[in-house]
Amino acid sequence: MPSAIGEPLDRVDGRAKVTGGAVYSAENNLPGMTYAVMVTSTIAKGRVASIDSAAARRAPGIIAVLTHESKLKLAKSPDDISPDSAADRRLQLLQNDRVLYAGQPVAVVVAETLEAAQEGARLAQVRYGPETPSVSVDASLAGAFIPERLSGAGDPGRSSRGDVQAGMSQASTRLEQVYTTPFQVHNPMEPHATVAVWDGPDGLTLYDATQGIFGARKRVAGLLGLAVENVRVLSPYVGGGFGSKGPTWSHVLLCAMAAREVRRPVKLVLARPQMFGPIGCRSETRQSIAIGAKPDGTLTALKNDVVTHTSSFDDFVEPASTPTRKLYSVPNNSTTQRVVRSDIGTPSYMRAPGEAPGTFALEVAMDELAYALTMDPLALRLKNYAEQDEDGQKPWSAKSLRECYRMGAERFGWAKRSPEPGSMRDGHTLIGWGLGTAMYPARRSPASARARLNRDGSIQVEAGTQEIGGGTYTTMTQIAADGIGVEPSRVIFRLGDTQFPPTPVSGGSMTTASTGSAVYLAARALRDTIIQRAVVDRNSLLYGAKPAQIAFENGRLSRSDRPGQMETIQHFAAGLGEPYIEAIVNAAPGQEKEEFSPMSFGAQFAEVRVDADLGQVFVSRMVGAFGAGRIINAKTARSNFMGGMVWGVSFALYEHAVYDERLGRIVNNNLAEYHVPVNADIGDIDVIWVDEADHHVDPIGAKGIGEIGITGSAAAVANAVFHATGKRVRDLPITLDKLL
Amino acid sequence: MKAFAYARPSTTDEAIATFSSSSGAKFLGGGTNLIDLMKMGVEQPSTLIDITRLPLATIEEHAGGIRIGAMVRNSTVAEHPLVRDRYPVLSQAILAGASPQLRNMATIGGNLMQRTRCSYFYDPTYAHCNKRLPGSGCDAIDGYNRMHAILGASDQCIATNPGDMAVALMALDARIQVLGPQGPRSRLAGDFFRLPGDTPNIDTNLRPGELITAVDLPPIDWATGGHYLKVRDRNSYAFALISVAAVVGLDSNGSIRRAQLALGGVAHMPWRVPDAERVLIGQTPGDGAFRDVAEALLKGAKPYAHNRFKVELVRRSIARALEAASTRA
Repeated sequence: MPSAIGEPLDRVDGRAKVTGGAVYSAENNLPGMTYAVMVTSTIAKGRVASIDSAAARRAPGIIAVLTHESKLKLAKSPDDISPDSAADRRLQLLQNDRVLYAGQPVAVVVAETLEAAQEGARLAQVRYGPETPSVSVDASLAGAFIPERLSGAGDPGRSSRGDVQAGMSQASTRLEQVYTTPFQVHNPMEPHATVAVWDGPDGLTLYDATQGIFGARKRVAGLLGLAVENVRVLSPYVGGGFGSKGPTWSHVLLCAMAAREVRRPVKLVLARPQMFGPIGCRSETRQSIAIGAKPDGTLTALKNDVVTHTSSFDDFVEPASTPTRKLYSVPNNSTTQRVVRSDIGTPSYMRAPGEAPGTFALEVAMDELAYALTMDPLALRLKNYAEQDEDGQKPWSAKSLRECYRMGAERFGWAKRSPEPGSMRDGHTLIGWGLGTAMYPARRSPASARARLNRDGSIQVEAGTQEIGGGTYTTMTQIAADGIGVEPSRVIFRLGDTQFPPTPVSGGSMTTASTGSAVYLAARALRDTIIQRAVVDRNSLLYGAKPAQIAFENGRLSRSDRPGQMETIQHFAAGLGEPYIEAIVNAAPGQEKEEFSPMSFGAQFAEVRVDADLGQVFVSRMVGAFGAGRIINAKTARSNFMGGMVWGVSFALYEHAVYDERLGRIVNNNLAEYHVPVNADIGDIDVIWVDEADHHVDPIGAKGIGEIGITGSAAAVANAVFHATGKRVRDLPITLDKLL
Repeated sequence: MKAFAYARPSTTDEAIATFSSSSGAKFLGGGTNLIDLMKMGVEQPSTLIDITRLPLATIEEHAGGIRIGAMVRNSTVAEHPLVRDRYPVLSQAILAGASPQLRNMATIGGNLMQRTRCSYFYDPTYAHCNKRLPGSGCDAIDGYNRMHAILGASDQCIATNPGDMAVALMALDARIQVLGPQGPRSRLAGDFFRLPGDTPNIDTNLRPGELITAVDLPPIDWATGGHYLKVRDRNSYAFALISVAAVVGLDSNGSIRRAQLALGGVAHMPWRVPDAERVLIGQTPGDGAFRDVAEALLKGAKPYAHNRFKVELVRRSIARALEAASTRA
């Protein structure tokens, strides 16, 4: 039977999305709905001296103005976070007068209409007792600390093998440089949005734009003192999250608290400027890299000392040092991470946390080293290819990077590259080619799924999980179809409801490996149940066969020893005595991570065209070649890789949340001035992948592809800019003024 | 957004009378700037007078040039054969601006009225903006000022006019026709906009209650040698760091006979110095002449912490635009 897995199946939810049939959180309109607007702080540090809400309360349609003086009750402190919930953040829920960052909620106005609530929020007069904020690395460097653990996988704050000093002294070529990446803000198209509806004092339903319905349920239940099972979170469609919708941020709780106060359903949607501050960002990174190499390019030492920001009240450490630990074979290696406390909203996970900025610095440094050695940048990478994870001292679960380099270079035409910077010119245009290596860990968490055969022959598969744009409805449908032995069109997959079996957050590129494995195992279990029932059913043509003799393909059960004897699943289902039969599976990773280092890799190639006089950069061509385990859907996978690569262009050339350091405020807090690429900025993007069989990661061999596309791509662009212009820009983004 | 009254007159006289009878009214064209400013609370008109139904939406030949009604949409102007054939620099400038959706909404008259751009002006929660709150100070001068002016600014305001179309109109010596309570009058584009001086809250010389009715392009038979260059941080939907509208006419032996050019992204208004253009007359198009005119235009340039690059970028942009315009002349 042709496998559904791997096919470029059209998105099963595509029609609903393009016709408006897919209902996103903010589109839920309930009887008696009210509208909440947050008033957010315009200072970055200090206290709320007073809030004069009289004018706001007098305005038409205003129902409530909630402030810290409203003394809204919580079951526990919003600073009380669970150590086993990596996504829990300390929240600002109107419990006191302290202002910790610009954009912090300081009041919530609830009104009969959105417009009335907006006007009420404008009329609420907040007076502050401001203090001088600090948002720059330099201002806070003296107080920097080395964290015990990095965010994400919880890797240690420092690492070391060999003796870097000794390694540097053995080198004939040494390079020491500092690379910086700026504050970035996720900016999914769909703003964060919550609709809260109480069912009596003890029951709450949230329609929430979240990447983790179960995490949201637990956090909300804990803070509001509700039983977890009395909180239902629904999130059937999410318009992008990129990490920003992983944690449960303050607005979710404020929405629920407001609904409890006004005793009506409340809708709270963040305005775009409110998405710069209270819902996470990617910290600025400063990476000081030192590399030493022998004349043949063999690395003797590699070091990266990283500084990032966290907030003044919570800990998040962008794990930017991890690529330096693992990507290359080098006997002497050390990294440290230091963190400065700044008066900003807590940074958070953003597509490929750590690897995105980490591969930028490392892969630009490797490019610089290649020029210093007069060596082809690709040859230098191959020279130092890591055959195992030298940091974890484990074999890779599977590694296809060599093949990625080969395929990518061939597709791109790398061999035709003229090595000298500035040597490829077309009139006013300088052309450059660059390379960067992509890497991202393959992760897996416990997950559950239910597969059900109904009497009408339909198959319904459910798992909590979320669809954040990656194509989860479609990929899970394919996995379930293959697991059972039916066509994908027969499977209805449902997600985004805490009443479905529990699953992890849609983050860390682990949905397919985690939830996909559970769906697969549930589907297999349902298949086995069907077969076992069929062979003992006297009315079945399969009666008396051994289960192992039954083939189950294309919705037909047949005896492999007597091919003519078959039964359709439709017929089987119609004979069921009960309305349905089902299988529920709780799947979890085993010991594989103890034995192997699960990692995906890739090779990114970029061509830029730079205006020699005006400095404008256009990425005319990219090739990304990836080895990321089994690819479930060739179409959605291509889109996902491509989205990551586009973000790499954005990372290299455009994105920069600019702080006015005097005020501690982000000045360009809108999509006109916080630049991401538009269509006109993106040239040809070619995505290819290695047919990689990884037998160690999980039952379906999938490693996850949501994040790897952004890794290595910014370096490829930056290296291409150097090749075009001879100018090495180490501080992103590469705006045209840096090339004049 | 503050509640407001809405009126939709059908004649210009009615529009002007409606304005006179309500204090704090604003005319509404495409709304692509005004509505944003209202959402931010920067503009709080008592009444919006929707003038999009006024009979001001035609493009016609007029006095040897063309007359563009104030309510013609930007996209219509850019695609109009008369504009494309005779004034290509205007068509190019409009197409370089905003996005197709915004150009479909924006009107010629409304586009002339877009406010200068500055983060500290657009967000009323910043305390110091002389444009928004006269006398309150300027957060931009010592703040983040990458997009800001290098020419003609004052210690009160360093905001820039973000327009593209207006830069081309300035280079073409367009004339703005207005109708007010005292009847019709007209102003050259150069007299329409203002530098900030001590009154940065006022962007144009339009008098209260005056309505832009049309923009007249003069007969310039050599305007086909035109080029609009927009240098920006991305290829669409970004304001100009620097833009240049250049119109060049050559004589029979290839020397520059006439030249008019205006700069965008450098000042509170499109920047033009007619005296500077004279240095080009009689010159052979080339880097020497282009550099001379750039230096003349940049006289008195004063950059700030984040926009020092604009000075050199102006030189290079002028050379590129004049080279392109000369090639087409």
